[in-house]
Amino acid sequence: MTIADPPTGRARLLPLRGRREDAQRLSGRRIRAILRKELRDYRRNRVVVATMAVLPLLFVILPIIEIFDIPADAEAAEVDTIVGLALFYLLLIPALVPAVVAAYSVVGEREQGTLEPVLTTPLRREELLLGKACAALAPTLVIAYVMFGIFLAAVGLFAHPNIQADVFKLVRILPQVVFTPLLSGWSIWVGIAISAKVGDVRVAQQLGSLASLPPVVVVSLMGFGVIQPTLALALGLGAALLAIDLLAWRLVSFLFDRERLITGVKA
Amino acid sequence: MGRADAESTAAVLAEGLTKHFGARTAFRDVEFSVGYGEVFGFLGPNGAGKTTTVRTLGTLLAPSAGRARVAGLELTPANGVQIRRRIAVMPEAPGLYLRLSVAENLEYFAGLYELDDARGRIARALAAVNLSDRAGDPCRTLSKGLRQRVGLARALLGEPRVLFLDEPTSGLDPVAAREVHELIDGLRRRGVTIFLTTHRLAEAERMCDRVGIMNTTLRLIGRPDELRDRLFDKGLRVRTREPLADPATVFAGVPGVREWRREPDDGGYHLSVDAPELAAPAAARALVAADADLLEISPSRHSLEDVYLQLIDTDVEAQAR
Repeated sequence: MTIADPPTGRARLLPLRGRREDAQRLSGRRIRAILRKELRDYRRNRVVVATMAVLPLLFVILPIIEIFDIPADAEAAEVDTIVGLALFYLLLIPALVPAVVAAYSVVGEREQGTLEPVLTTPLRREELLLGKACAALAPTLVIAYVMFGIFLAAVGLFAHPNIQADVFKLVRILPQVVFTPLLSGWSIWVGIAISAKVGDVRVAQQLGSLASLPPVVVVSLMGFGVIQPTLALALGLGAALLAIDLLAWRLVSFLFDRERLITGVKA
Repeated sequence: MGRADAESTAAVLAEGLTKHFGARTAFRDVEFSVGYGEVFGFLGPNGAGKTTTVRTLGTLLAPSAGRARVAGLELTPANGVQIRRRIAVMPEAPGLYLRLSVAENLEYFAGLYELDDARGRIARALAAVNLSDRAGDPCRTLSKGLRQRVGLARALLGEPRVLFLDEPTSGLDPVAAREVHELIDGLRRRGVTIFLTTHRLAEAERMCDRVGIMNTTLRLIGRPDELRDRLFDKGLRVRTREPLADPATVFAGVPGVREWRREPDDGGYHLSVDAPELAAPAAARALVAADADLLEISPSRHSLEDVYLQLIDTDVEAQAR
């Protein structure tokens, strides 16, 4: 082994607006390294695997049972409410699953003593957080959309035509499709923020799960018809959630305090 | 050497470096310079500020006052990423992902350093710590010593100019510790600057070109033999079969002996002299003339441990703690 110039690599660099120097750019290669490592680690973590398997199964079985429990002669209002409730369950998947995983992200590293070695590499905090967020988002999206697909398939194949007509509407399906990644984003950033502040994994996961719920409630009000769902409203809410998610990334990065995480003392 | 020269030749330079946590001072006014290719030992009791100093130089913590240069760059937040590209820090606990294999751990860090030829570098780093055959093993199945070696391999991946090792042999058996020492020797030969924090004084004495003894402030710095000369008189150690009847008369006639005292533990004598090699023959002649059965006469040897204990025992700050 020889002493070489510091490695520069050929990473694809993503510029941050308003910043010029190489030292202030994000490295896609480092973010991918985190993503790959996190996914490997999740696959071998029983708690994470159980969370990602049991919760989604629960939240897809419950709405299917509800839907098939609707009598054939049910009134339209009753069908509306039950379908709204079913879709609410499905939205809990992108809200709760990543919250549990994200809540583990920083405090878990602290507990196993891996945070300090990671922070002594050229990694930037924005990259660390973005990598961890992507690692929580990717499996969540796959699971949430697969579960939604299973739900739609069950309804399409076995439900009463009245119910099929209520479910297969743009105002029902679009919010699910649009809000799944956005709700995940919210849960992930809240989970990571909590994970960077508390000193215990379980506390972080409990707080993260609670904090992931408020936007689900807002979206569900559309599903229940309390807020009249229109395409414009869904897209507007989606845009607002997207803006919040992006802002949350920068805010959590800003609040990420290396010194406190390493020493336990505020800088 | 001028200040500019010192800065250009120093791998690590600290000037008035200070770190407070609120009202508590971790270390203050630390000043030293470590040259490229030097192995520098950083010693001190628990809580002396050694690890905090390493963390500060490793850009994990921001100094409260003073300045430093690390691997040719000023220690500032703007240079943090560039400094971390040029250095590696191995904390006392290796901090491995236990569910991942050895190779997967290293692959992750190769990605964080954006290293080209990651596989080749991982293979070379594992070979350097004799772990090539364990690459596929999950880290949770490794012993503490093997985990420590994985931590070292990880630190070598980026071929750092400056390597900070915090207690690298802590908890290792003598054979494993010797392997780490051989590795450090090899790195020194390749010109890597090693900043070695350790409690093992014999290790520091053997491995380090210079040592610094820290106790919130840097109390002493120099080559181990320099520190011995600075803290202890040169002397001769004399042992006879029976105690001398009149040692004052015997030693008073020996040229160059400034004073003498009886050693409490083995009944021998310690003679304070300026030039042991000149005083020893004269002392031997005087003892033979006094009809004493001479068993041993040799220059007094003080270890780095003696220096360390002498300094820490008399340190007001240590006693107040």
